[in-house]
Amino acid sequence: MIVRLQAADFDPEHEAQALTVQGAGARVSFVGTVRDVSAGHPITALEIEHYPEMTTAELERIATAAQAQYQLLEVLIIHRFGRILCDERIVLVTVWSAHRAAAFAGCQAIMDALKTCAPFWKKELTTEGDHWVPGRSPPDLD
Amino acid sequence: MVTVRCFAGIREILGHDTLSFTPAKDASTAADVLAAVAGAHLPGLPQPILVAINREHAALTSPVHDGDEVAFFPPVSGG
Repeated sequence: MIVRLQAADFDPEHEAQALTVQGAGARVSFVGTVRDVSAGHPITALEIEHYPEMTTAELERIATAAQAQYQLLEVLIIHRFGRILCDERIVLVTVWSAHRAAAFAGCQAIMDALKTCAPFWKKELTTEGDHWVPGRSPPDLD
Repeated sequence: MVTVRCFAGIREILGHDTLSFTPAKDASTAADVLAAVAGAHLPGLPQPILVAINREHAALTSPVHDGDEVAFFPPVSGG
């Protein structure tokens, strides 16, 4: 498993190609990007804050659980922080498995867990002012 | 003494990202710590408030012990 937090942009295909995964017959990637509009107002950028000492551990926990549940052979997660401009990439989740069903399901499960458990917070910078994006809570804490 | 971390909208309102705090009693809860550090700002904090203790998700009712790191933050919005 590889988990990386960084301010810089990344190239999803380059990142995935850099890994050789024995036994893999499927690779599924999700790339999240900055939307250009929010509630009808143009977005100029996002500011992403996180809890550095907790974020990596939480993403590793999420990846480990998904690897076990979906028999994933490898998991790569890259998430950016800091200021990210409109249309830029925010997050990459790439998973490898023997067959496609596990790869699709595993990738979605990791993203779902990331969005409810990983300690990131987005502030949208718009032409009408800045505001925090409403978030989600871990399922067992709702 | 416990270390208190605040993030996002809670950090902005309280004006601190990290501070040290000595609970009034050994086995106070995260809610007790929040009430003490937020003071008059407590009613104005965005709800709900999530908690992590020693970098793992916890609850406002979770006990806090000497040496713990207690974090308060809004629901998360990564991805």
